[in-house]
Amino acid sequence: MRTLQLKKSLKAVNAETGDTIEIISDGKAYAGILMPSHEFSGEDILTIKLPNGYNIGVKITPKTKIKVVRKRTSKEKKTKKIPFDKKKPTIAVIGTGGTIASYVDYRTGAVHPALTAQDLIFSVPELTDICNVKAKVLFSVLSENMQVEYWQKLAKEVANELNNGAKGVIIPHGTDTLGYTSSALSFMLQDLNGAVILVGSQRSSDRPSSDANINLIASAKLIAESDLGEVVVVMHGETSDSYCTIHRGTRVRKMHSSRRDAFKSINEGPIGKIMADRIIFSQDYGRKSSGKVKVKDKMESDVALIYYYPGMKIEHFNSIAERSKGIVIAGTGLGHVSTDMIKAIGKAIKRGVHIVMTTQCLYGRVNMNVYSTGRDLIKAGIISGDDMLPETAYIKLMWVLGQTQEQEEVKRLMRTNLVGEISEGRSLDERA
Amino acid sequence: MNEHDIDYSKLNLKVGLEIHQQLDTHKLFCDCESKLNEKKGIVFLRRLRPTQSEMGEIDRAAVAEAQKKLCFYYQTADTCLVEADEEPPHAANDEAIDITLEASFMSNAKIVDEVHFMRKVVIDGSNTAGFQRTALVALDGFIEVNGKKIGISTICLEEDAARKIEEKKGEVVYRLDRLGIPLIEIATLPQIRSPNEAKEVAEYIGSLLRATKKVKRGIGTIREDVNISIARGARVEIKGVQELKMIPKYIEEEVARQLGLIDVKNELERRGIKNVKTRVMDISSVLKNTRSAIIKNILSKTGRKVIGIRLVGFEALLGSKFCALPKAKKEKEKKSPVKRRLGAEFAQYAKTIGIEGIIHSDEMPAYGITIEEIKNIKSALDIEEGDAFVIAAGEEEMVRNALNAVIERAKQAIYCVPEETRDAQPDGTTTYSRPLPGKERMYPETDIKPIRIDQKRIEKIKLGLPELPERKMKRMVETYKLNEQQAEQLIDENLDIIFEQIVNKYGMAAVISRTLLNTLPELKNEGIDVNKISVDVLDNVFSQLHQKKFAKEAVPELLFYIAKHDADVYKAVKALKIEKLSSEEAERIIDAILKNKKELIKDKGMSALSPLMGIAMKELRGKIDGKIINEILKEKLKKKLS
Repeated sequence: MRTLQLKKSLKAVNAETGDTIEIISDGKAYAGILMPSHEFSGEDILTIKLPNGYNIGVKITPKTKIKVVRKRTSKEKKTKKIPFDKKKPTIAVIGTGGTIASYVDYRTGAVHPALTAQDLIFSVPELTDICNVKAKVLFSVLSENMQVEYWQKLAKEVANELNNGAKGVIIPHGTDTLGYTSSALSFMLQDLNGAVILVGSQRSSDRPSSDANINLIASAKLIAESDLGEVVVVMHGETSDSYCTIHRGTRVRKMHSSRRDAFKSINEGPIGKIMADRIIFSQDYGRKSSGKVKVKDKMESDVALIYYYPGMKIEHFNSIAERSKGIVIAGTGLGHVSTDMIKAIGKAIKRGVHIVMTTQCLYGRVNMNVYSTGRDLIKAGIISGDDMLPETAYIKLMWVLGQTQEQEEVKRLMRTNLVGEISEGRSLDERA
Repeated sequence: MNEHDIDYSKLNLKVGLEIHQQLDTHKLFCDCESKLNEKKGIVFLRRLRPTQSEMGEIDRAAVAEAQKKLCFYYQTADTCLVEADEEPPHAANDEAIDITLEASFMSNAKIVDEVHFMRKVVIDGSNTAGFQRTALVALDGFIEVNGKKIGISTICLEEDAARKIEEKKGEVVYRLDRLGIPLIEIATLPQIRSPNEAKEVAEYIGSLLRATKKVKRGIGTIREDVNISIARGARVEIKGVQELKMIPKYIEEEVARQLGLIDVKNELERRGIKNVKTRVMDISSVLKNTRSAIIKNILSKTGRKVIGIRLVGFEALLGSKFCALPKAKKEKEKKSPVKRRLGAEFAQYAKTIGIEGIIHSDEMPAYGITIEEIKNIKSALDIEEGDAFVIAAGEEEMVRNALNAVIERAKQAIYCVPEETRDAQPDGTTTYSRPLPGKERMYPETDIKPIRIDQKRIEKIKLGLPELPERKMKRMVETYKLNEQQAEQLIDENLDIIFEQIVNKYGMAAVISRTLLNTLPELKNEGIDVNKISVDVLDNVFSQLHQKKFAKEAVPELLFYIAKHDADVYKAVKALKIEKLSSEEAERIIDAILKNKKELIKDKGMSALSPLMGIAMKELRGKIDGKIINEILKEKLKKKLS
């Protein structure tokens, strides 16, 4: 943040971002375009872009002279029409924000969602070789700011597009919570008559090395060339720009903070991969229906996801339990918590809180019959999350509680495989 | 025209240099070592594409690269996720910033208050990110070379690019070991006026950077870009000059090339050619039964075409002395020296699209194309008197793009020399690489915080500033009575600090300089691991020598023993039996020698001195000063003979 003094000095000479200014300070003279201030810049610093393209920070003291040499000229952005080809399928692109549609934000100096989905199409013109694109921005939030209302809004919009002629829907989404959104849509959207593909990028689209374009092109190919009727995530399969992997929406998890191939299917192999010249399916998948898509988007938002750790204080658990209708615990190993906590869990269940156990191992199934801790948890009334990801169980519990509050029905639904989130058995070689 | 006859001031030659010097620190944005390796490691594949900058414009150089649609393979041994563009950069290396500040002070440049890293778009694959991170640290400085002030426009700190290992059709292989090594870039103003002056300025900047003692040494660790312009020519940047002594040659060649192109332009003007009229035609059918091996070979594959263009009024301007195909070039070169003409320029533009080369009318007949076929080509392309044609063969879209590039280049020929970036070739010539990048190619690197250069840091740097190289040399010559060559060599080989450290304790400048400059390299040549001779070892050796524990002649032998046996000085002195003798003991040994060699003395008289000296030295080397042996021997021999 610039100091008040500095802001005043700028105002006094009517210097605005984009103006060419001259700064004379300590006998040094600089001329350049006034840039927005970087969040981590010194308070007394003005950033200017020199004629050679470099930005530098110049310290401003009370003696510094600032002069506007030339006011900025606003450039008009060229608008292009999106071409339409009757022979090609129409794909709806629904923008939500996030890295795949991002730009440099001068307020924070970081990458922020800024591009419209339409801009995206123009930066990836190859899309128009595959399909007609119908693009809109539904909302623009950082994926960490996602919540129930956004998922509901998104589900309705997806159904609307699919029921009005789109062959499939591509949803560019920030990668941080992409798996949550894909889970939510998996439960909310029923009888899909087209593929719903969430796609992100781990290198922002402002870079020449961005993975956004390949992920997007692969998504469009999948819609255009297959009969898939599921909610899936399409992202880089490896660090190379070689192929993309199709992950089931309820099975996918971001497993690396920065790599392009961060997304992995957990507890089942990926559905398939998309290469430059073909699509290979490696397991059975949901085919699209011929009817209309139904939306069941009711969700109970008073659900918590708790990561158990040794030494966790009962009071902490209790304070969450008091405010929640449902809790998913990511327990240790086969699904355990401390003996002390079992009592607290039992009390909460008696009060009517629905509590589901998953494992923080992520891989493998919860089984509370093996050790006494587990048996005590079952006695206390906990619901087994089987081999669901903790995040998926969290979304599912919200959705289930949106449909019913009846304890046995909640339990039955939580333990039933609805949209591929639970598997019956896994063979040894499938650890993927 | 002979290059040496050129009056460069008349041509208004202006040369600016950009010196890139690798720093001897860890990498700029991660903790990997700045070390090249010969391993491949895991290899991955990427593609790059141009993007919009913050100003909403796409860089013209970036677009040119994108047209090539290349695959880039990266070898990753001993590098981390940062080099692979799979992890955001870490904070910039502080030591590298300090060295850049030092160099800024030494070249009288103004240091900025806050350093901002930028992303400079480069999509030739040399950076996995598609941009090079670079920051301007100081500007508006000057240096003095041979009494002339040369302005320093900017001093930047940037990351080195990946190392190109191999270039095949449609793909380039890079190794990531070099990517991210910190580079200082010092750019001069275009105030250099002759090829030789450019070399001197480059040498001076090199020595200035080496004075910091924190820069890398050896081949490839310093690289120059040379900006050249002449009156009526254009600004051309030659990239990647590795050998300093070649700088004048590149400048001479570039001036000659531009003069040639100005000739072409004048000739076009004389002919009244104001714009390029062309005709693009598929002439595959004309050459369907050709005996030209090159064309036959290409046409034998499916989907390949021969396409020709007519260039109205370009006859004889493409130059018959130069052939555009790589193999044919050598043959012709033997007969007459290559003179850069338009044909070569056309070929280089076409090659950047990905084809092997072009064939043009001025080199006909050649490549096995018959007179009859030439006639047919001309008729297919409607060639008239005064026209030229260019043909190319290969995959149709690529050939059409390549010929479009040729047409674009032909259009430029009418106006003047185009502004270009050119690659330095080992023979002193250059080849077209891409248009000069515009300034739009930079946008802020938002993953790295701006770096405040505060007063405290500046004061600290000022205190530790090294002496300017020429001043240091003068002082060393005067203080230690070295000759200039020794002083220069010590400074140049980074031995000056060790030298002064030891000399200031024990004196004996001559022995110490000889040891550092001659003895150590000799030992190394003999296969001795001279790394074992640390500064401490040297200090000990000279401390003992100072105390007259042995004679100075013993130093090489002593160091040899120490390095070979990992021994300390004391053990080595004992083992070699070089403890200094008293003169009395020496006399005794010499007496014994004289006694044994009576015959020799009788035969040769005083001339026996030299062989006797040899025998005496064999026994006494290192134990007593040679001069003393000589004196004793001379004395005793005289006595014997008298």
